[in-house]
Amino acid sequence: MDKFTTLQGIAAPLPIVNIDTDMIIPKQFLKTIKRTGLGVSLFYEMRYDTEGKLIEDFILNTKPYDNSKILVAGDNFGCGSSREHAPWSLKDFGIRCVISTSFADIFYNNCFQNGILPIVVNAEELDRLMSAAGSQLEFNIDLPNQSIQVGNHSINFDIEDHRKERLLQGLDDIGITLGYKEDISSYESNKKTQKPWLFGDL
Amino acid sequence: MSNQSPKTLFDKIWSDHLVRQRDDGTSLLYIDRHLVHEVTSPQAFEGLKIANRSVHRPDATIAVADHNVPTINRQNIEDPQSKIQVETLAQNTKEHGIQYFDLMDQRQGIVHIIGPEQGITQPGMTIVCGDSHTSTHGAFGALAFGIGTSEVEHVLATQTIVQNPAKNMRISVNGELPFGVNSKDLILYIIGQIGTAGGTGHVIEYAGSSVQGLSMEARMTICNMSIEAGARAGLISPDQITFDYIKGRPYAPKDSHWDQAVEYWSSLPSDNDAHYDHEIVINSSEIDPMVTWGTSPEDVIAVNGTVPSPDSAKSENKKKSIERSLDYMGLKPGTKMTDIKLDKIFIGSCTNGRIEDLRKVATIVKDKKIASHVQAMIVPGSGLVKKQAEEEGLDTILKDAGFEWREAGCSMCLGMNPDQLKPGERCASTSNRNFEGRQGRGGRTHLMSPELAAASAIKGNIADIRDFS
Repeated sequence: MDKFTTLQGIAAPLPIVNIDTDMIIPKQFLKTIKRTGLGVSLFYEMRYDTEGKLIEDFILNTKPYDNSKILVAGDNFGCGSSREHAPWSLKDFGIRCVISTSFADIFYNNCFQNGILPIVVNAEELDRLMSAAGSQLEFNIDLPNQSIQVGNHSINFDIEDHRKERLLQGLDDIGITLGYKEDISSYESNKKTQKPWLFGDL
Repeated sequence: MSNQSPKTLFDKIWSDHLVRQRDDGTSLLYIDRHLVHEVTSPQAFEGLKIANRSVHRPDATIAVADHNVPTINRQNIEDPQSKIQVETLAQNTKEHGIQYFDLMDQRQGIVHIIGPEQGITQPGMTIVCGDSHTSTHGAFGALAFGIGTSEVEHVLATQTIVQNPAKNMRISVNGELPFGVNSKDLILYIIGQIGTAGGTGHVIEYAGSSVQGLSMEARMTICNMSIEAGARAGLISPDQITFDYIKGRPYAPKDSHWDQAVEYWSSLPSDNDAHYDHEIVINSSEIDPMVTWGTSPEDVIAVNGTVPSPDSAKSENKKKSIERSLDYMGLKPGTKMTDIKLDKIFIGSCTNGRIEDLRKVATIVKDKKIASHVQAMIVPGSGLVKKQAEEEGLDTILKDAGFEWREAGCSMCLGMNPDQLKPGERCASTSNRNFEGRQGRGGRTHLMSPELAAASAIKGNIADIRDFS
């Protein structure tokens, strides 16, 4: 997985609440069997009209926001479907950090599987960052120090240690868990005795 | 927590599945059943192949294609991409020795319908699937939640998942449900009360006499939409109704295993005095038949209510959100919900595509005709639901009333197959999400119960079942 340490750049403001994963990447793009190539379809229905032409005033279609690496969005970002196509499409577009007051649980988890940093800030800070994003100010995201710096303003954010470590080092979660193979086997042997009905073939 | 301290149902399942803590402080949780479908699994199988890893427990994994499948002609999937996705699932499951119900198998259907139907879903289990509506299985007192594709790969490779414990929330609904109110109304009402982020970080346990009195199918409707309240999982205590539902199903425990299982299942309900981080108590008499007016499941109102005004919003953000929803939905504040004219009716999905749902619809539309300007379709949740309905003669009643009778699948709940709304079309839907574009670009969705959707099909407008005769 790609590492995440620091990130600099302007941020795109998307002041809409409850942005769901259907909005982030609509159903017709879930038919792929690959993880890549979804960036062009990110926010499809907001970015393209019914004939497939760019909607020019949508934020990610305007310069310089068409190169945004950071998104500042309204409450409850990423609600709805579990589709990991949502973080895949954000990442493929170039977005590596999303800032909001809250994230839906599954989406939040999926971000960390893909080297994307979701940052939770309070409502007042979100307002401030939303206007800074609108003014095209440069954001400096520093994961080791858990800070967002915009101009002279600095905000600290919380993140669980294990998630931070995994992003900093780009660790393979399955590889780590396979290191506990013996614990898993011994759990299984115990349960085969305690709950034998769980071990018949499906 | 000591062994003596009172535990919730969630706490009990959690501690019974804890393999160990990893060195990074996260918990490794054992997964009893992994359900797999065609949309969120190809990249996971590809990941296994690249890393040269195998499936740890094919015997605990089951697969079915449901999201992409056509509901008319099963012989041929016209969309080449959908076809590749379904074929990829068939190929992957064959390669790894995973049981797969193909499109011609009568047991095929929506993954969350077939788990319970086959007796695969049982109390006290941990169940995951790369689909957010995995919360459905919580109706059996199983800890069941949706996961992303990277986690699907993790479960395939290790039969475990990396988690931190959720918080406990209990929502108790007490009293007899009023006439015309059923489980769909109950869950829509709850989502309206707590909002789509109200359950974030929590597992919601539904309790109280109204919930205990419900059938398994009605309980599944409630747990199914827990995710629409932000909770990854919903739970209902297993009881005699649960055991009776499971007994005799193909994958249910048999003989001495059955007795052993029931003894274990009976130990699962939350202890008296167990601690909940958040408690909500609702009196069922507050609840009306519910319908959504906007583009989030929290945009919900009693069916005899009116479309809300942005001016009623408590915050500037909420006001903007109402304005955006009303614009998308093409609705004006103050319009009576029952004055809203419909184009399509969709009855089906993992929320309301079970046999009881179809029976209710058939009872309401028997010897009547749907309004001439609406198109109405019924998509049974599985091949076996369809077969059962046909044995009971429900298909004849429904077809006589003007409904299209389709093959099983997810269909217009999300429109990955050809069943979609056209721009501006308005649909009464028994599904779970009214997001912008969910049922087709520009499509307008009103979520409601099967009873309301059936009455609405006849009236041609959103209808209040209480005024319907």
